[in-house]
Amino acid sequence: MSRKFRELLRSPVAWPLAGLLLLVLVNVLINPAFLRVTLLDGHLFGVPVDILNEGARPLVLALGMTLVIATGGIDLSVGSVMAMAGAVAAVLLAGGHSLAAALAGAVAVGLAGGLLNGLLVARAGIQPIVATLVLMVAGRGIAQLVTGGDVTLIRHAGFAFIGNGYLAGLPFAAVLAVVLYAGAHLLLRRTAAGLFLESVGDNPVASRFAGLPVAGVTLLAYLGAGACASLAGIMAAANIQAADPYRMGENAELDAIFAVVVGGTALTGGRFLLAGSFVGALFLQTLAQTMYQLGVPPAVAPVPKALLILAVCLLQSDRTRGWLGGLFRRSPA
Amino acid sequence: MRSLVTLLLVLAAAGALVAKPLTVGFAQTGAESAWRTANTTSMKAEAERRGIVLKFADGQGRQENQIRAVHSFIAQGVDAIVIAPIVETGWEPVLRAAKQAGIPVIITDRTIKVSDDSLYACFVGSDFLQEGRMAAEWLVRRTGGKGRILELQGTPGSAPANDRRKAFAEVIAQHPGLTILDSQSGDFRRSGGKEVMEALLKKHGHNFDIVYAHNDDMALGALQAIEEAGLKPGKDVIVLSIDAIREAIQAVADGRISCTVECNPLFGPKVYDLVAKVVAGQKVARMQYNRDELFDSTNAAAVLPSRQY
Repeated sequence: MSRKFRELLRSPVAWPLAGLLLLVLVNVLINPAFLRVTLLDGHLFGVPVDILNEGARPLVLALGMTLVIATGGIDLSVGSVMAMAGAVAAVLLAGGHSLAAALAGAVAVGLAGGLLNGLLVARAGIQPIVATLVLMVAGRGIAQLVTGGDVTLIRHAGFAFIGNGYLAGLPFAAVLAVVLYAGAHLLLRRTAAGLFLESVGDNPVASRFAGLPVAGVTLLAYLGAGACASLAGIMAAANIQAADPYRMGENAELDAIFAVVVGGTALTGGRFLLAGSFVGALFLQTLAQTMYQLGVPPAVAPVPKALLILAVCLLQSDRTRGWLGGLFRRSPA
Repeated sequence: MRSLVTLLLVLAAAGALVAKPLTVGFAQTGAESAWRTANTTSMKAEAERRGIVLKFADGQGRQENQIRAVHSFIAQGVDAIVIAPIVETGWEPVLRAAKQAGIPVIITDRTIKVSDDSLYACFVGSDFLQEGRMAAEWLVRRTGGKGRILELQGTPGSAPANDRRKAFAEVIAQHPGLTILDSQSGDFRRSGGKEVMEALLKKHGHNFDIVYAHNDDMALGALQAIEEAGLKPGKDVIVLSIDAIREAIQAVADGRISCTVECNPLFGPKVYDLVAKVVAGQKVARMQYNRDELFDSTNAAAVLPSRQY
């Protein structure tokens, strides 16, 4: 038990997890009702439920971003892909198509975006930050073309359920996100797929000589990110029952990258932590909730966010941890 | 024979006079919202209706793009330039260039700061302060000056958020029975309005009476959160907002939003009226504010069928 605990302490997930717990503790001290969950109309109601429900989209985006960052890449287009996927789903539903068609259309948009990014990076050899910038800029324009420049409203109970519904009292979007993480964990860690990703991110040349299809693996990572982004777009549109091509997913790519980095995945690639990204995304969402609960003025709110993220990142750096460890060793016990 | 030539010359001259339409350059901010798209559509449609040649430049959210566009308008020798400025400052050099070229400039939507007033002819747009004031005064009339308010702010630092907040707070301050409990930013987004409202509902429970949103999108998002929490907007909570997009007026007619103050984007006709006057050398009033209306249960249903945006 104590060995397991020590192992956990040494794992890179320990720090973001500690940060999350500390944040929750601060909230509970200030407002004891923070963790209170009640039953309302047959579903759970409370701040933790909000964090899970509103956090579902960042969670899903962070999952896709983790795959891409593991290969040493980055995907700036996920926010725009969200807007495109939401727009396509809304327009298909407004045109009287079935829910299945709307979902398929939205996911197809995400896969197409991922394919474009993946081909530009893996085949054309363009820097990921530039390659995905193309779709980040163009995607929002495409989303506006799809909806004709309007915010398209969605009147479909089944679709709204994806963003607002409850499954056994829990927000459906959050359940979906957890299932996705579990599935991704099984796929990547119970097979060699995760190792392939890390290998490609660590050293593409050596990976190629070892017989790995480097371009194929990279392409799959971007396809995964695109699919996740389209799902996040579906959730966002379902949540507000409208597709806003202008604002949906704006800056979402930055929060996703933040979540992945806070979770202990290195931007240099070659190592990834799905559990870390999960905790990282929840950490950011809890932080946003904390600002609302404390009534921090919106103009000031980004400052504590930046400081806390900096603190978590410093705690993860081997150098600062060694330095802190040294401090503890030198002090007489 | 000579009379025929003269006739042709006269006809050609008259033709030239008729065929020389007014050319106007319009530097728009970009296409960042449905409001902006409605504004662009109004400017383009009205130009077409009046036979004005409109040179349209999309600034894509950046002032440098707008300045480049204005320089190109000057080089093309347009008759007038219309600018919807993204930011308030930094316009003096390009406006001076326009003045030297003798091209009048009209500023729309948002105001600018210049040291020399002669750099532009006039301003056309909405008065954000007046909008905040109208919402607050309506609230005072409706509640008799009593109630606890939650405010959903727009993007911090933006002119509409600043002004709508300031003017509203000024009126509220004169009524000690009205208090603003909390003020958080939903970033002018529907999802932001919903997320912030969910959080505020957990924080304040049912201990509030009024939600004031700086735009309709946030109010519509907040409505969902309020309804999901089991409260009835219109009965348990008074929701008021600004912009008066069609969806919000529908919500007013349905009794879910209690009042929305108009911020009309359709000022194409007014802008071209002023362009015609300014080009003809007439004097015009410097600040031309749109007359913005207020919609509540008394008039929402009536305007709904004719609402364009």
